[in-house]
Amino acid sequence: MRLLIIEDDRDAADYLVKAFREVGHIADAAHDGEDGLAMALDGEYDVLIVDRMLPKRDGLSLIGTLRAKKIETPALILSALGQVDDRVKGLRAGGDDYLPKPYSFSELLARVEVLSRRRGSRGEDTVLRVGDLELDRLSHQVRRGAEEITLQPREFRLLEYLMKHAGQVVTRTMLLENVWDYHFDPQTNVIDVHISRLRSKIDKGFSQPLLHTVRGAGYMVRDGAR
Amino acid sequence: MTALGKLFRTTTFKLTLVYLTVFALFAAFLLGYFALNTRRLITEQITDTVNAEITGLSEQYRLGGIRQLVIVVDARARRPGSSLYLVTTFSGEALAGNVTALQPGILDNPGWTETAYRRLDEADNVGHPEHPNLHDHQAFVRVFQLPGGFRLLVGRDLDERERLYHIIVGAGRWSIAIVIVLGLAGGLFVTRRVLRRVDAMTETTRTIMAGDLGGRLPVAGTGDELDRLAENLNVMLERIEALMHGLKEVSDNIAHDLKTPLTRLRNRTEEALRSAKSEGEYRAALESTIEESDGLIATFNALLMIARAESGQAGDMLAFDAAEIANDIGELYEPLAEEKGIALKVEAGESAPVNGNRELISQALANLVDNAIKYTERPDKSVDGVTPEIVVRALNDGNRVLLTVADNGPGIPEADRGRVVERFVRLEQSRSKPGSGLGLSLASAVARLHGGELTLEDNHPGLKSIIALPRGGPLQST
Repeated sequence: MRLLIIEDDRDAADYLVKAFREVGHIADAAHDGEDGLAMALDGEYDVLIVDRMLPKRDGLSLIGTLRAKKIETPALILSALGQVDDRVKGLRAGGDDYLPKPYSFSELLARVEVLSRRRGSRGEDTVLRVGDLELDRLSHQVRRGAEEITLQPREFRLLEYLMKHAGQVVTRTMLLENVWDYHFDPQTNVIDVHISRLRSKIDKGFSQPLLHTVRGAGYMVRDGAR
Repeated sequence: MTALGKLFRTTTFKLTLVYLTVFALFAAFLLGYFALNTRRLITEQITDTVNAEITGLSEQYRLGGIRQLVIVVDARARRPGSSLYLVTTFSGEALAGNVTALQPGILDNPGWTETAYRRLDEADNVGHPEHPNLHDHQAFVRVFQLPGGFRLLVGRDLDERERLYHIIVGAGRWSIAIVIVLGLAGGLFVTRRVLRRVDAMTETTRTIMAGDLGGRLPVAGTGDELDRLAENLNVMLERIEALMHGLKEVSDNIAHDLKTPLTRLRNRTEEALRSAKSEGEYRAALESTIEESDGLIATFNALLMIARAESGQAGDMLAFDAAEIANDIGELYEPLAEEKGIALKVEAGESAPVNGNRELISQALANLVDNAIKYTERPDKSVDGVTPEIVVRALNDGNRVLLTVADNGPGIPEADRGRVVERFVRLEQSRSKPGSGLGLSLASAVARLHGGELTLEDNHPGLKSIIALPRGGPLQST
């Protein structure tokens, strides 16, 4: 995956470039809005990471300009402004995801990976399959092998989101945002309990677990056999 | 700038000058019009009277000849306040009448003329010290050629007309002078009054700018436009002061309450640098550092959110159903409660419409449920034979919507209930539990932001937290 990090804080940018390279991605950095725009225009990037406040040209206007030129490279906005309406503004300006500072690298990585695979992903498939687990988005039926699994509506949406991003790490915050539509941080980790309930329904009694916990990051649905 | 210069530069004074000019011009025009018309009217009256007399006298002449005319003119001329008469022969010799000393040549031109004259009964007094201006009489006369060479002159004295005219013109001059003097005086008075009040306001704003945010602009109590302005500015100042106060409180809280965990964080890191030997020990120290900083970030975010809510920044206010929120939050926390051996129930049947920020209200309710779970949890579930239970309700209560979270845990002593809503206040018994101590403060700030309130009640046993919100209009759907 090729990444462009547009961030005026050089330390933060260097840290991100280094961290992404360590996990096997190619990352470039730009330190102001104009450079960032120029690089985003001619570089072939999979995802842009854009700081909201940049010298010369702010992040939202940069994304707006790209979108006006029909460049649809997914963009994640980093911002010190973390309120819901700031997020709405960011997404309205053409951003694809919004992460308030300070963030953890694992959270950023998980979101960037989801963004990079959004294009041509299985987002439109009506039936999602991971190993022998099968989820039908139209009939709302879930079965593993020959066994039918009954899920509550929320559990269904949770599994649907996890399976849509099979093979990718999904963080608790991403689940809270996408499955529950909440953007606040509950004081207790309520998501873990929902996951363990779901796990007991889809993995219990099967030798091959599909729903994995990624320590320090989140969860992942993955066919362990492969 | 001198005091007078300052006075002359004010808007009020400039307005006064403009009005003064307009009024003076208007008065001059009015009086001038009045004077000219009066004069014209009097002249018309004179003309009518003289014409009528000439008609009458020439009739007398036609009937009784010159003798009859002389008798009638003599009789008329003697009456007090009479018109002016003169009957002469063709050569100009006076036969009857009461005027003399006419301007030469008057009698040769029949028709209307203005002329100087002297009354015969006054002629003797010429040069008398008491009447030095007897020559100065002016008259408007008509000379009429009678058949047979006689001439008849009839006229009226113009003094009355001129006097009236002069009176009016004089009145006009005086009134304009008075208008100007009074206008200037009034203008100066009003300007000084306004200026004094504006100066007082300027003085107050200066002290406010200097840092005394408690200052308020003086209100005279007359309800005029300056008062309205001052009142509005005062409301604005009130708001600014509240905002500044909120800001100050937040920074105080940040200073006081983030310093403790920051110090702890620093100490631990230092300790690790000093004494950690193995990689494992370093790793553990770093992990605890990250954990601690995550806690700091959460506290910081909560503080910002409370500050935003308290300063009235609600973001998008939408109509939604509080019952839905109760169900959603209940559903979010139910597995967690169950894991801790608590039965969490939601009772939210009927729709409870609310106008507000759905996200904030959800978070407020989540905080209450979170608290309830934290404090209802018992290490030994069967210790008193009571099943721990939490009930989340959404209900309509008159013009309010109540979101309540009731538990049967230890509750909070009545004396402490007010205090726990304050920031960072955590009762001693709960120091060991995780949390920033901001959950209830945030719930309370969110309730107040929506024009409602957070109250804590005894649930016999346990605690009942209630978020009361103003009921919104009926919802479009659901």
